[in-house]
Amino acid sequence: MISRDRFASVTLPLAVFCAALAAWEAMVRWREIPPYVLPAPSLIGATLVKDWGTLSGSLLVTLRITFEALLAAVIGGVGFAVFFAQWKWVERSFFPFAVILQVTPIVAIAPLLLVYLESETAVLVCAFLVAFFPILSNTALGLASADHNLVDLFDLYRASRFKQLIHLRLPAALPYFLGGLRIGGGLALIGAIVAEIAAGSAGQGAGLAFRIVEAGYRLNIPRMFAALVLISLTGILIFLLFTALSRLLLSRWHDSARERAN
Amino acid sequence: MAAPVVALKGVGKIFDNGVAALAGLDLDVREGEFLTLLGPSGCGKSTALRMIAGLSTPTSGALVWRDGASPEVGFVFQEPTLMPWARVWNNVYLPLRLRGLSKAEAAPVVGKALALVGLAGFERAFPRELSGGMKMRVSIARALALRPPLLLMDEPFAALDEITRTRLNNDLLALKAELGTTIVFVTHSVFESVYLSTRIAVFSSRPGRIAETIEVSAPLARGEGFRLSSDYADCCGRASAALNAAMGGAP
Ligand SMILES: Nc1ncnc2c1ncn2[C@@H]1O[C@H](COP(=O)(O)OP(=O)(O)O)[C@@H](O)[C@H]1O
Ligand SMILES: [Mg+2]
Repeated sequence: MISRDRFASVTLPLAVFCAALAAWEAMVRWREIPPYVLPAPSLIGATLVKDWGTLSGSLLVTLRITFEALLAAVIGGVGFAVFFAQWKWVERSFFPFAVILQVTPIVAIAPLLLVYLESETAVLVCAFLVAFFPILSNTALGLASADHNLVDLFDLYRASRFKQLIHLRLPAALPYFLGGLRIGGGLALIGAIVAEIAAGSAGQGAGLAFRIVEAGYRLNIPRMFAALVLISLTGILIFLLFTALSRLLLSRWHDSARERAN
Repeated sequence: MAAPVVALKGVGKIFDNGVAALAGLDLDVREGEFLTLLGPSGCGKSTALRMIAGLSTPTSGALVWRDGASPEVGFVFQEPTLMPWARVWNNVYLPLRLRGLSKAEAAPVVGKALALVGLAGFERAFPRELSGGMKMRVSIARALALRPPLLLMDEPFAALDEITRTRLNNDLLALKAELGTTIVFVTHSVFESVYLSTRIAVFSSRPGRIAETIEVSAPLARGEGFRLSSDYADCCGRASAALNAAMGGAP
C-alpha cells in the first residue's frame, strides 16, 4: 500500500515533469529553435550555473524582501486582527482602509510608492501591502470564530479578555492564520516581483525581477528563463515551507492537517 | 425546610428578537438534590440553566442566592466543548489555570478529577483521539475541577449512543454520591430524568414555566435494578403524563 501511495504522490508527478522537460528539449533540438526564441532546458540550466554569481545575489535580494515584507505583514495583520477582535468600533473604523488597499491592484500603487519612497523601501512596502490583507482578514475571522460555548465557559470562570485572547481566541485562530500566511507568502513574492519590475524599469533594484527586465533589454532570453526558474523555485519553497509549518503546528488536533486513516 | 441554594422568583426572559423564552418561572434548587428540568425542546430549559450559571440575565423577576452570591458553578454543555488544540490534561486544567494556579499546584486536582471520571491514563491524548463518551467525561472532569458545590448540565448525554449514555448515567450517580454536589440537569428524556433525579421539574412551553414537579423518592444509590422497579415505572408514568399535559395534551 505504501509503495503504491508513494508512486502516486511522488514518482508519477516526477516522471510526468521529467517527460515534459525532455519533450521541450527534444522539440527545441529537432525544430532547431534558436535560443533567443526558446532556450532548451539544458541551456537554461547551463545559464543558471554560468550566471550564478549575479543571479544568486538577486535571489537573495528577492528572498530578503519577500520575507521581510511577510514578517511585517504577520506582525501588522495579527496585531490589527487582535485590535479588531477586542474592540468592534476599531474594526468598523479601520476595515474599509484594509479593503481599499486590498482591492486596488498593486501594479497601480507601485509607481506612486516609487515616487515617494526609495526604490528598495517601495518594493518592500508593495510586498507588504499585498501580504497584509489575507493575513489580517483570515486571522480576524479565526479570532471571531472561537467556539461560542467555550467563550461562555470562559465567561463562566470570569476570565479576563486578555486570558480569553491568549487561551482561547489565539489558538482557535491559528489554523485560519496559517491559511492566511500561506496565501500571504505567495502574494508577498508576487508583490515584490511586480514592484521590482516597476522599479527596475526606472533603472534601480537588483532582485530577480530586475534581472528579467535587464535580460529582456539585452535579448538574453536564456537568462530571463533562468531568473524565472529561480522565482518559481522561490514560490514553491515558500509554499512548501508554510505547508510544513501548518502540518507541524496543526497535525495533532486540526482536521485540515489530518492524515486520512485507511 | 432549609433555604434553597438558589431560588428563581417569577423569572421571565424575552430575547432581543422578541421571543419570550420564560415567563413567571418559579424554581428552587435545594442543597444536595439532583434536579432535572424536563421538557420538549424550545421550552426554555437551557435559558433557565444559563441564568443560573450567570450566562444570561432575566428580563423580569430575580434569582435569589442563599449565600448572597452565586457559588462556584460547573457547567457541562450538550457538546463536550473541549479545546481541540489542548491535551486532555490541559483541558481539565483550564478552570484552575484561569484561577491562576500553576501546573504544579493544579496537578493533584487535575489527576483526581480525571480519576473521578475514569480517565486516568488519558492525560496526554488530544480530544479528537477520544470517543464521544470519553470526550464527555473530560468535559465533566473539567466542570468538577474546581469542586463546585453546584453542577449544571445541559443535555450532556443527548448526543451519545444508548449504551454509553446508560454507563455515563450510572457513573454520574456514583460521582454525585461521592461528591455530594448539587446538580441541575436538563434533558428531554423521561427515562433519564427519572433514573437520575431526586426531583423533576416539568416545563411547559411558550413561554416556559414549570407545569409540575415530581419527587422521585428512591434513594440515589440506584443500580440497573431500579429500572425494573415499580417505583421507576410509576415515576416514568407520572413524568410522561405531566409532559403530555404540559405539551397541551397531544398524545
Ligand atoms: N440567544 C437567543 N436569542 C433569541 N432567542 C433565543 C435565544 N436562545 C434561545 N432562544 C429561544 O428561546 C426559546 C427557548 O430556548 P432554549 O432555552 O434553548 O430551549 P430548550 O433548551 O428547552 O430547548 C426557543 O424558542 C429559542 O429559539
Ligand atoms: Mg437546550
